[in-house]
Amino acid sequence: MSVSSPTAAVGSFTQAAFDAHLAKVSHLPAWWLDRKRAAYERFAVAPMPKRTNEGWRFSNLAALTLDGFNPAPAACPFAQMDHHELGVTGAGHLVFANNRLVASQPLAAEAAKQGIIFDTLQNALLKHGDLVRAHLLTQPSKLGSDKFAALHEAFLEDGAFIHVPKGVTAPLPVGVFHYACGDGTAVFPHTLVIAEDNAKITVADFFRTGSGASPAPRAFACGGNDLYAGHGASVTYVAMQDWSRETLSFQFNATLARRDARVLSLNLHAGARQARHESFSQLAAPGAHSEMLALTVAHGTQEFDQRTLQIHQAPNTSSNLLYKNALLDQAKTIFSGLIVVDADAQKTDAYQSNRNLMLSDDAEAHSLPGLEIQANDVRCTHGATSARIDREQEFYLESRGIKPAQAQELLVFGFFEEVLGKIEHQELHDTLTDIIREKFRA
Amino acid sequence: MKPLPDIDTAPTIADEAAVNPVAGIDQTKGDFQYKVDYAFDAGTGLTEDTVRYISSVKKEEPWLLDFRLKALKTFLEKPMPTHWATKDLENIDFDKIRYYLAQGQKPKRTWDEVPDDIKQTFERLGIPEQERKFLAGVEAQFDSEAAYSNIKEIVAKQGVIFVNSTEGLREHPEIFRKFFGKVIPTGDNKFSALNSAVFSGGSFIYVPPGVKVAQPLQAYFRINAENFGQFERTLIIADEGSEVVYMEGCTAPKFSTSTLHSAVVELVALKGAKIQYITVQNWANNVFNLVTKRAVAHEEAEVKWIDCNIGSRLTMKYPGVVLKGRKARGEVISIALANDGQHQDTGAKMIHAADDTTSVVVSKSISVGQGRATYRGQVHIPRHLKGCKNNTECDALLINTNSRTDTYPAITVRGDKNATQHEASVSKVSEDMIFYMQSRGLTEAQAMSLAVNGFINDLARQFPMEYSVELKRLIDLEMEGSVG
Repeated sequence: MSVSSPTAAVGSFTQAAFDAHLAKVSHLPAWWLDRKRAAYERFAVAPMPKRTNEGWRFSNLAALTLDGFNPAPAACPFAQMDHHELGVTGAGHLVFANNRLVASQPLAAEAAKQGIIFDTLQNALLKHGDLVRAHLLTQPSKLGSDKFAALHEAFLEDGAFIHVPKGVTAPLPVGVFHYACGDGTAVFPHTLVIAEDNAKITVADFFRTGSGASPAPRAFACGGNDLYAGHGASVTYVAMQDWSRETLSFQFNATLARRDARVLSLNLHAGARQARHESFSQLAAPGAHSEMLALTVAHGTQEFDQRTLQIHQAPNTSSNLLYKNALLDQAKTIFSGLIVVDADAQKTDAYQSNRNLMLSDDAEAHSLPGLEIQANDVRCTHGATSARIDREQEFYLESRGIKPAQAQELLVFGFFEEVLGKIEHQELHDTLTDIIREKFRA
Repeated sequence: MKPLPDIDTAPTIADEAAVNPVAGIDQTKGDFQYKVDYAFDAGTGLTEDTVRYISSVKKEEPWLLDFRLKALKTFLEKPMPTHWATKDLENIDFDKIRYYLAQGQKPKRTWDEVPDDIKQTFERLGIPEQERKFLAGVEAQFDSEAAYSNIKEIVAKQGVIFVNSTEGLREHPEIFRKFFGKVIPTGDNKFSALNSAVFSGGSFIYVPPGVKVAQPLQAYFRINAENFGQFERTLIIADEGSEVVYMEGCTAPKFSTSTLHSAVVELVALKGAKIQYITVQNWANNVFNLVTKRAVAHEEAEVKWIDCNIGSRLTMKYPGVVLKGRKARGEVISIALANDGQHQDTGAKMIHAADDTTSVVVSKSISVGQGRATYRGQVHIPRHLKGCKNNTECDALLINTNSRTDTYPAITVRGDKNATQHEASVSKVSEDMIFYMQSRGLTEAQAMSLAVNGFINDLARQFPMEYSVELKRLIDLEMEGSVG
């Protein structure tokens, strides 16, 4: 297969760039390098999304250019970065900038003693190859971004690896920070969470641009996460996407929940020019539960494109999706979700809800909540609403002497609190609230 | 332009295999044929000649022939919409379909030859004796001349035009040409293009300003072999402040020898007018029913589609309303029942194009056996409108463990002065309910029928009485053998 195939665009991610990338990671296991080569092949021959692709309905395809990015950005010294330990003080940290580890704080001695592994993906590939091989990017890409998911795998340099052994409860959350510094930088963050049977862990991912440089640097972020919850395990994953406003961002999530496992993922979307988030949850065994949450604050001309798939593969599984978007200015959001209930997944309880709060006359919200049900003894519902703030509630607050701007802020936070309230960790909850507040006041 | 082909030299059927377009397809309901001599027959397959032939038989004006030929070109150019629709569409063999038939003679079949199970079905549905013969193909035309001319007489006094499409285009071009093909342009989709190329049959109705038509107009009453045609074209224009109710189809199984039915229905409700369009579709299990239905509602007008789909192999139909004038209102009430081997892909489209427009969609589907029911909907509220509201509710009921249902809505809202709400649920019949009814002496099947009828009851009540009674009986019939 030729890379210069006229049907497929590779932009800055040429064969030469890929070869240079491979040379940098040549010390990693051969199976991984082989998988990367295969991924690059898939990326290079796959066409860019077309108007007729249902998985890209309503998306702005014209802006999906892969040109003008730097696949091998220079290192970004930690000292020059505007780093804050958001929401996870005292816990283990890994800080990546331009795909490389620049700072870290190991787990507390107590956690390490319990056998929890918190390391870089590169170290894990060398030390825990079998674990990584079994879980890293093993779920299929089903939501339309095959090309970009392949690009992620091909250029993935480093990321975070978290392994919690059987029956262990991690005492504190762990935090992973990914920074993109400099203009044209391409980053490929990845977080792999493996919670063995009856283990429990909370992981927070932060995606930020290195400094408050002006004008905002143009970046390309193509990240992913794999969340694996063994029997009876519990994984809480929080991601805060706050890339620069000139970033083209992709995030791919694959969640696999085994018997009686519980996975909660919450994605806060605030940054980027155009951000696509694909979330794929598999409820693989009876009793599995997946909680899929998202909050979006869309400003200016930002576009947030969220695609979700919850597949119920076994009886007695449940899932609950709640995606809330607040739209300001000329922002645009797309929510396209699908609940699939396989033929033998009786007693499924699935819910899917998308709420759009319209705060401007020029904002645009698209909702495509979908169901595909092949079992009959199920309870599946979905709902989608798009509306402005309730005028009566606004009037009530104003009648109590609260200024209109303040009343609006209160009501918007009321709107988000339904989601934020599901985060048990107080500091993380407050951090999320602060980021949203900052976005509103900006 | 080529000279019109002479009728005698029109394409003829070469062999017996081509005569029966349903050969090789399992026809559980409609597997009987009868010899019919057609006065006009365009043969099978679709070429420019077929279109010219249809146009010449109908003695159409040149503009209409041009319209048809352009449509044919569009049809041939457009791809199948399989990037979102079911792949089953690829099984349509356009070369084996007859695009035009006009019956000249009565069929030679007698009532005694009608299979017993079909007679029983009619009996149980309570279809009047006269109509049974027509539906079973014993009579080419439903003998209800009296009822028909009666209605026609009454409405004609009010100035209502109620004719078939050929007559409408020929005799009232000043009214119909203005609206014809305007609500649904030829290129709207592949099948609307096909219909535009080969249409025949269907109704043309014009209701003058302020006229309220007292009784529902029924295609059923109109005596015309083209009535149940494959490619009917209906256009209804309700002038300012008028009101009209139109009904098509019937609840009895319709036996069809054609495998493709592709109608286009356009409604225009001018200022303050009200149109209600009721469809009950029960085609045989081998029919692809691909219909485009759309209305334009002007200021303060109201359009209501009541759409019930029970038959066919695959139905794809999404009645729409373009809310073009301030305070216009659109409503779609949809009932779908999908049994083994059936896919009911139905839904609604609401395009809000003016301030203070409101729309409501209520859809209920029932999947029985391996049947598949799909709701597909679109709600569109573009920028800088205010006071627009949409409310959509979709409920799906699954009867058997292998039944299937899907829901695919698409809602677009721009601006902060409008509100939309969409809700859908999927469930099965409550076991408690069935248990209770069985404890009262009902069989499981009876209990199930009662529960299913209860599920659609609030929608079925909106149908005219005789339709809702037939619908209820039909559901009883469909539910038989689905449980236990």
